[in-house]
Amino acid sequence: MPILTKDEAQALMKKVIALSKADEIEVNLTGSDGGNIRYARNAVSTSGGVSQNNLVIQSSFGKKMGTTTINEFDDSSLEKAVRRSEEVARLAPDNPEFVPNLGPQTYLESKTFVPETAAITPKLRADAVAQSLQIAKENNLVAAGFMENSAGFSSMMNSSGLFAYNTSTNVNFNVTLRTADSKGSGYASKGFNDITKLDVAAATKFAAQKASGSANAKAIEPGKYTVILEPSAAIVLLESMFFAMDARSADEGRSFLSKPGGKTKLGEKMVDERVTIYSDPQHPDLPTSTWNGDGRPQEKIAWIEKGVMKNLYYSRYWAQQKKVKAVPSPDAVIMEGGTASLEDLIKGTEKGILVTRLWYIRNVDPQTLLYTGLTRDGTFYIENGQIKFPIKNFRFNESPIIMLNNLEALGKPERTVSGESGIHALIPPMKIRDFTFTSLSDAV
Amino acid sequence: MKRREFLNLAGLGIGGAMFTNIPIIGHAVPLETQWSPADTAKKKQMADIALNAAKSKGATYTDVRIGRYLNQYVVTREDKVQNIVNTESYGMGIRVIANGSWGFAATDKLDTDNIAKTAQQAVDIAKENSRLLTEPVRLAPQKGYGEVSWKSPIEKNAFDVPIKEKVDLLLGVNDAAMKGGANYVNSILFLVNEQKYFASTDGSYIDQDIHRIWPTFTITKIDATTGKFETRNSLSAPVGMGYEYLMPRAQDKIQGGVTTLYKGRYDMLEDVKAGTAQVTQKQKAKSVEAGKYDLVLDPTNLWLTIHESVGHPSELDRVLGYEANYAGTSFLTLDKWESKKFKFGSEQVNIVADKTQKGSLGAVGYDDEGVSTKQWNIIDKGILVNYQTIRDQAHILGLNESQGCCYADNWSDVQFQRMPNISLKPGKAGTSPADIIKNVEKGIYIVGDSSYSIDQQRYNFQFSGQLFYEIKNGKIAGMLKDVAYQSNTQEFWNSCTAIADERDYRLGGSFFDGKGQPGQVSAVSHGSSTARFNGVNVINTARKI
Repeated sequence: MPILTKDEAQALMKKVIALSKADEIEVNLTGSDGGNIRYARNAVSTSGGVSQNNLVIQSSFGKKMGTTTINEFDDSSLEKAVRRSEEVARLAPDNPEFVPNLGPQTYLESKTFVPETAAITPKLRADAVAQSLQIAKENNLVAAGFMENSAGFSSMMNSSGLFAYNTSTNVNFNVTLRTADSKGSGYASKGFNDITKLDVAAATKFAAQKASGSANAKAIEPGKYTVILEPSAAIVLLESMFFAMDARSADEGRSFLSKPGGKTKLGEKMVDERVTIYSDPQHPDLPTSTWNGDGRPQEKIAWIEKGVMKNLYYSRYWAQQKKVKAVPSPDAVIMEGGTASLEDLIKGTEKGILVTRLWYIRNVDPQTLLYTGLTRDGTFYIENGQIKFPIKNFRFNESPIIMLNNLEALGKPERTVSGESGIHALIPPMKIRDFTFTSLSDAV
Repeated sequence: MKRREFLNLAGLGIGGAMFTNIPIIGHAVPLETQWSPADTAKKKQMADIALNAAKSKGATYTDVRIGRYLNQYVVTREDKVQNIVNTESYGMGIRVIANGSWGFAATDKLDTDNIAKTAQQAVDIAKENSRLLTEPVRLAPQKGYGEVSWKSPIEKNAFDVPIKEKVDLLLGVNDAAMKGGANYVNSILFLVNEQKYFASTDGSYIDQDIHRIWPTFTITKIDATTGKFETRNSLSAPVGMGYEYLMPRAQDKIQGGVTTLYKGRYDMLEDVKAGTAQVTQKQKAKSVEAGKYDLVLDPTNLWLTIHESVGHPSELDRVLGYEANYAGTSFLTLDKWESKKFKFGSEQVNIVADKTQKGSLGAVGYDDEGVSTKQWNIIDKGILVNYQTIRDQAHILGLNESQGCCYADNWSDVQFQRMPNISLKPGKAGTSPADIIKNVEKGIYIVGDSSYSIDQQRYNFQFSGQLFYEIKNGKIAGMLKDVAYQSNTQEFWNSCTAIADERDYRLGGSFFDGKGQPGQVSAVSHGSSTARFNGVNVINTARKI
C-alpha cells in the first residue's frame, strides 16, 4: 500500500467479486502517493505529502444499482462493503438508463509510469525550487511557483470478466516571476509523466524573460487584431470546444454542434481545413491511460479532421440508443501543426499581438461557444516581424469556432498544460486574424 | 469560483463526461448511512499522538485536523434519477512549524504508528524547506480554548431526510418544468456535512459539525424552427442551513416584482414554474443594444460581483503575493490601505467581513487554525479600511490576533487564508427596489447570476445574469437578452448611487470558490440588498458560428 502491483490488485478484487450475491458487481481500486511544494515572495511557503487508497464497489439487481466505498481491506471490512452496496441497490429506484457490465476488453499497453518520477523526494522538490529561486534573484525578480508529483495505480474488475490495470506518474511545475515594482509579469507551466523531461531552470528563465520584457506596458485601443497565441494561451480556448463535444448534448439540441430538427453538425466542415485534432493514448510525447473510468478501451481517434467534425464522444447508454460505437471521451488531445517556430510566426507578421497566456475563461453563450477572459503574463505588440513593445492586458470575447475559421498559420506543436482545467495537450502556436478584444485591463 | 469542478461533480455539464480522471471530492459511500460523528475522546487521543510525536521530532508548533467530510448529491433530469451519491472522506492532516518553516503531511491510516510516522514526515518536510526561507514563520498569539464544540444552527438535518423525499421533490420540480413546455430540465440537491476536530499545541481541542445545502435547477427550451435554445437557472442560494431551507414560508418571499425572490427559505416548485414561463419570454426577448446603462442589480446577481471584485482583492495573501502564481495578486495594495484615503467606492458603500452570520456558508465557531470567529469592516463609507487574514500574516497589518479566515477543504490539504462572508450593508431605511427602479431613466434590471470573469488583480470584470429587464423612464419596459456588463472595480463601486434597505437584504453564495495550489474549494456567502450603479458599459454577446 498504497501502490499495488497488477497481481496484488487482481487478487484483492477477485476476493471482493467472490463475495457478491448481486446480479452484477463492478469494483474499482486505486491508490496514490504524492507530494508538493509551493513558494512565493522568493521563499518557500507551504508543502506537503499525501498517500491514500480507495475501493469502490457497485452492485446491481436488474436496473437497480448501489455504490459503496471502503479503505480498509481486511476480510470482514470487504464483506461488509459488498453487503452494503447490495442493500443500497435494493433501495434505489430503477434507473431507466442503466447499462449492464462490459465484458472482457483488450487494452493497449500504457506508457504512463516512469520510475524516476515515482522516486521523487521532498529534497528533490526543494532542490528544484532552490534552482528556480536562484534564477529569480539573479534577475532581480520575485518568484511564486508550485511543483507537485504523484505516482499511483488504477484498476477495475467486474463479474463479467473485465479486468483493467494501469500505473501512472505525473510531475507538474509552474512559476510566475514578477518585477520588483510589479509592472512586469511572466509565467511558465510544464507537465510530464517523466521527471527527466522537466527542466525547471529553462522554464524559470522563460518566465523571467517574459516578466522583464512585459514591464511598463503601453495601452493600445481594444478591437479586432491579428494574434499569435502561444500553446499555453490557445489550449484554454480549445479545451472549451473539446469539453462540449458530447454527442448527447448535440443530439438533444443544446450544443454548438446542434442543428434544428434534432440534427447535428457531425460530418460537417466547421473550421479551417488545416485543423486536425485527435487523441492517441500511446503518443510518445503525451501518453495517457489506455482505458477510461468505465472500462472502455482508449484508442487513437480523430475528433476533427481537415476542419470536419469526425467524432463525438458518447456515454454507453447514449451510444446504445443511437446504435453507434460508444466512443469514450479522451484524457488528452493532440492538434497537428506545421514546422514553424514561434519566432517564425512573429517574423511573418506585419502587425499583430503576441499572447502568452489567457486567464479566467468563462462561457458567455453555449450556442456559439462564445467565451470571455483576459490576456496575462506577457502581451506584446508586433510590427514588421518584430516584437516592438509590451502592451497592457485585454479582455476578449471570442469563440474557438470563429477563431479556428480565422486561422492564418500554425506552428510546431508543444506539450502544454491548461492553466484553467489542468489538462495536458499537444498544441501548436497559432496565428489568428480578427481576434476580438473588447476592453482594457490595468492588471499586471 | 471553479465552475468545471461543480459541473463534473454533478454530471450536469455538457462536457462533464470528458476527462474523467478529474477526481470528485471524497469517495462514494453507502446510501442511508448513519452519519454519527466519531467519538471525541477517541479523536482527542489520536490528536495527542500527533501533537506529541511532532514535538518530539522538533516541531515548535503543531496543529492537527481530523476530518470526516460527507457529501450527498441527488442528480436528476426530466423523469429520471441519474445518480444518488454519498461521498465520505476521513483522515488526518498534521501541520507543523520546525526550523521556522511550515511542513504538512496527511494520511487516512489512523493507527498510532502511522499517525506518528505522518507527524515525522511533516517535520521532515518543514526542516527540508527551512533552507529556502527568507524569514521564519511568525504566528499571531492565540489562546487555547480547551475542549469546546460548535454546530451549525440547523433545524432539520438534511442527511436524515429519506432519499425518497428528496427524489420526490426534484422529480416534482422537473415535472412542473416539463408541463410548462420545457424540452429539458436538470435538477440537483447537494448536501455537505463537515465533521471537524481541531487540536493544537496552544491547548485547543475544538469539535465542530457544519452543514450546508444547495438545491438548484436548469430549465432548457429549444425553438424547433431556429434550433436556438435558452435556459433559466434556479434563483436559490447555497446556504449554511439544514433541510428547513426547502420548507418555504410566506414571510420569506419577496413578491410584487418581476419574479418571486427568496429570503432565508426557498420555494423550489414555485421558482421552477416561474422560471419555465420566463424561458419562453427569454426566447422572444429583444437583443440588447450595446452602450452605457444604469444597472439595478438584484442580490441574486450582485453577490457574485461582490465575491469577485471585493472579496478576492481584499484577501491579504493575494495582496502580499502568495497567490501570484495561480489566482493572482490584488490592486488593493498595502499603500492604499495605509493612506486611509483610498476611495474604493461611493460613500454609500459599506462592506463587512463576517464569519458568524447565521445561515451563511462561512459561519463557523472557530476557523481551521483554532481562532474564534468574528465580524469586521473592509470598506467603510467607501474607504478601504481592512483586509482578511490569518495567524501567520496578521502582524503585517499590525494586528495582534488573527481575523479567523483559515480553512482547508479536506483533511488531506493544508489550511490557508480563505474568504469570510463579504457583504454589502443595506442602505437607508425606506428605500425599496421599486423606489430605485422608478428613478432610472435608461437602465437594465438584472436578476440571477451567470457568466463571470475578472482579471488576476481584480480590476476588469464581465458579468452576465439570468433575467434582464429594460428600464425606460422609471418603468420596466420588457425583457432583454444577450446582455453582459463590463467595468473596472473602482469605477463600478464609485458609481453606486442607491442601495435598498434591509427588508430586501438576501444572501447569495458559492459552494466552489477555487484558490491555492493544489487547488482547494471553499463555500462563502455574500449578502446585499438591490443596488443601483450608474453608467455601466453593457455589451451585446450574440454571435453567429
